[in-house]
Amino acid sequence: MSYQLVLRIWRGDSSGGDFVHYEVPADEGEVVLDVVHKTQALFAGDLAVRWNCKAGKCGSCSAEINGVPRLMCMTKLSSLPAGRAVTITPLRTFPVIKDLVTDVSFNYEKARQVPAFSAQPDQPVAPFTMYQEDVERSQEFRKCIECWLCQDTCHVIRDHEENKPHFAGPRFFIRYAELDMHPNDGLDRKKLLQETQGLGYCNITKCCTEVCPEHIKITDNAIIAMKERVVDVKYDPVVKFFGRRRAGREKRGS
Amino acid sequence: MPAADQETYERHSYDVVVIGAGGAGLRAAIAAHESGARTALICKSLLGKAHTVMAEGGIAAAMANLWPEDNWQVHFRDTMRGGKLLNHWRMAELHAKEAPDRVYELEQWGALFDRTPDGKISQRDFGGHRYARLAHVGDRTGLEMIRTLQQRAVSLGIDVFMELTVTELLKDGGKVSGAFGYWRESGRFVVFEAPAIVLATGGIGKSWRVTSNSWEYTGDGHALALRAGATLLNMEFVQFHPTGMVWPPAVRGLLVTESVRGDGGALLNSEGKRFMFDYIPEFFKAETADSPEEADRWYTDKRNRRPPDLLPRDEVARAINNEVKSGRGSPHGGVFLDIASRRSPEFIKKRLPSMYQQFMELAGVDITKEPMEIAPTCHYVMGGVEVDPDSQMSVVPGLFAAGEVAGGMHGANRLGGNSLSDLLVFGKRAGEHAAEYGAALAGGRPKVSTASAHDAAEIALAPFAHDQGHDNPYSVHQELQAVMQDLVGIIRTEHELRLALDRLVELRAKAAAVAVEGNRQYNPGWHLALDLRNMLVVSESVARAALERQESRGGHTRDDFPMSDPYWATQNVVVELKEGTVSVRRQPLPQPPAELAKLLEEEAH
Ligand SMILES: Cc1cc2nc3c(=O)[nH]c(=O)nc-3n(C[C@H](O)[C@H](O)[C@H](O)COP(=O)(O)OP(=O)(O)OC[C@H]3O[C@@H](n4cnc5c(N)ncnc54)[C@H](O)[C@@H]3O)c2cc1C
Ligand code: SF4
Ligand code: SF4
Ligand code: FES
Repeated sequence: MSYQLVLRIWRGDSSGGDFVHYEVPADEGEVVLDVVHKTQALFAGDLAVRWNCKAGKCGSCSAEINGVPRLMCMTKLSSLPAGRAVTITPLRTFPVIKDLVTDVSFNYEKARQVPAFSAQPDQPVAPFTMYQEDVERSQEFRKCIECWLCQDTCHVIRDHEENKPHFAGPRFFIRYAELDMHPNDGLDRKKLLQETQGLGYCNITKCCTEVCPEHIKITDNAIIAMKERVVDVKYDPVVKFFGRRRAGREKRGS
Repeated sequence: MPAADQETYERHSYDVVVIGAGGAGLRAAIAAHESGARTALICKSLLGKAHTVMAEGGIAAAMANLWPEDNWQVHFRDTMRGGKLLNHWRMAELHAKEAPDRVYELEQWGALFDRTPDGKISQRDFGGHRYARLAHVGDRTGLEMIRTLQQRAVSLGIDVFMELTVTELLKDGGKVSGAFGYWRESGRFVVFEAPAIVLATGGIGKSWRVTSNSWEYTGDGHALALRAGATLLNMEFVQFHPTGMVWPPAVRGLLVTESVRGDGGALLNSEGKRFMFDYIPEFFKAETADSPEEADRWYTDKRNRRPPDLLPRDEVARAINNEVKSGRGSPHGGVFLDIASRRSPEFIKKRLPSMYQQFMELAGVDITKEPMEIAPTCHYVMGGVEVDPDSQMSVVPGLFAAGEVAGGMHGANRLGGNSLSDLLVFGKRAGEHAAEYGAALAGGRPKVSTASAHDAAEIALAPFAHDQGHDNPYSVHQELQAVMQDLVGIIRTEHELRLALDRLVELRAKAAAVAVEGNRQYNPGWHLALDLRNMLVVSESVARAALERQESRGGHTRDDFPMSDPYWATQNVVVELKEGTVSVRRQPLPQPPAELAKLLEEEAH
């Protein structure tokens, strides 16, 4: 059952732009990315958009749909208000390249600053012995598809270019948490996280958790946990010492 | 638009340039870097978005964590039998032997696989593998793999060129000397000078209408290799994965992982019958259960024979095709895949979380309550660049290939899970040998001539000069997909293949004249116009090879030659370009040494 749908797509580049209206045929079961593709094929061959998997697995097709940061391939038309135009804009936190494509290199820079996984000295060479209950916490964070929606929505950098150099953002807070909770990682990145990656800027608004398409509990399971661990390191060396010993035992599941 | 000869090029010089940043390319770049080569890694998309990220089920490696009986010999045998013995035996051997170490390496770099109760890497069942063999993380194994490799490559400081598309390989005499491409963002041209190039560009599935593949799968590497004088093998073998989504139409072709069946799901027709028991071929009779009772016991006790639902993919895809044709299909032209009535909701959500989410969000189907509707979807190409099995070098000095773009490893049909392991094993080998080759080049590095860069620039800019009255690239692409889907699909005949070849000639003319609007800045229409050239030469390669092979085997089924033919069991079909024209020839398949051949004959039990 086909119907005509009105799209308002922001088109332009770093020098500016505006909304362009397209009326495209939409069909049952379609997602926003489908109608964007139809717009390309029928009216605007040069409409810039990123996508790959069309199944919510690669995190390429992020945009703001009616103002909400979402994946275009996982947003069903039927989930949007019926009979109304659909507005699509590029991620606001990152500089526009063209149309719906933004310059997300900020995130790749922050990724480069994360000290890599490094095995503990008492179990230096894989295969490692690790138990399911011990890997599960980090596995939650490794579900991240790097769609940058959480980065886009976080108010610390959304309209604050000046904070970007000192703030890694929620995606990378879960990366630091993942490494910290890895049962066989031997590096301590907590000082780095607090002092140069801006964990302290986060005031736990939970907006990042709300937009995460992987339903990762970014704030509760990573940010708050890391804030607690950072406090342990900073003010209570005793807690830290026993805390690590306890954690060490858990890690080997003995 | 400026003329090509007024272009200036951004230039870079490296020892090894890897084209493609999926599993194979990342692993190759890491290996080349670790061998001391100055290495560049190039990809069309952002880093971490390659197809590898979509892989679900797992990485096949005989680590014997669950079944001590498993070892490289059994894995080798399963791979060769799954490939209908058309694999290059040496690649299958290296793959089976080296896969476990490549998986441990991922763990060394931070990967977190699902665990066994005694703290080892867990392994799951998949079609064609005698033992539970796939290292996995739920149903997002590819994500774990690409992220681990990406993080490793970044921590080593390897130079990455993202959203840069290579359109031509450059040569000096007979040797590779570099690559030419454009930044997607600006449309500006880039010339890479390098004595060794590794192709790791993945597959070709975007030329079919129903496919699990993304826009990137336009066969660029296959086409680049052909144009550089390399040969392709086994191009007639295209894998149609038996289980793709069918409804709603917008998601048609999206993959439903084989793990659904590996973890207990069963195929049913509209009569509720487990029809796969009617389709067990002679070749697999001895190792396949012939009753639902035995099949169901197998999940917990491997002394039983395996369910026919888990026969190699080509067998299952053909069976589904036949059920639908015989009027026993589901409402939307597929069959049913049922795990809801066979496993608990908790089990399903834990083992198949992204399938649960995919069906819930895209189809409104709760797979813990209802069966899925599925049908075959174009998934993987077994065919690819002919390479030396040990070094991965093609017949062109300095040109290497690894991963899906390389041929030989999987023969006529690839087993699930054998791709991710292939990427690691041969990615590493390709990277190391590319570095070694570059370092050993006597007589200086091959040179890139400005004239060859100009030629490449001219071809790339041509669509802007075309008359706007001509077809647009999107409509030509749709026509191509219709041709390949309807005439070069799962079941083929001489008549249809000839028709396809005629249609491809027409489409080539159309594609050569497509017009694009706008400018060079991030312009998907222009990008597609350039990709079409690759899709067309690769599609023609598939059709010609399919016409040549007059038998049915693995991922190639000829209605007019329905049986496998012992003569063809000894032949590869080789595709090459001769004066710009696709031509095919036969070439004897290398035969395994006696001790390996013996492994292939042994009975399953
Ligand atoms: C949905 C799905 C599920 C799968 N599940 C499994 C599984 O469970 N187990 C398994 O073993 N296999 C699985 N496969 C198959 C497997 O994922 C692929 O075969 C494999 O990932 C291919 O890896 P690759 O490194 O060869 O290429 P890819 O990962 O596809 O990477 C190709 C790279 O080449 C780049 N590239 C291409 N052309 C150019 C160009 N012209 N210029 C510059 N860069 C270029 C791309 O940008 C990309 O970076 C699955 C495939 C799909 C589609
Ligand atoms: S919880 Fe913290 S990181 Fe998340 S959006 Fe709010 S401020 Fe940003
Ligand atoms: S944490 Fe979630 S929202 Fe943030 S990048 Fe990862 S998947 Fe996207
Ligand atoms: S296209 Fe991959 S997440 Fe949308």
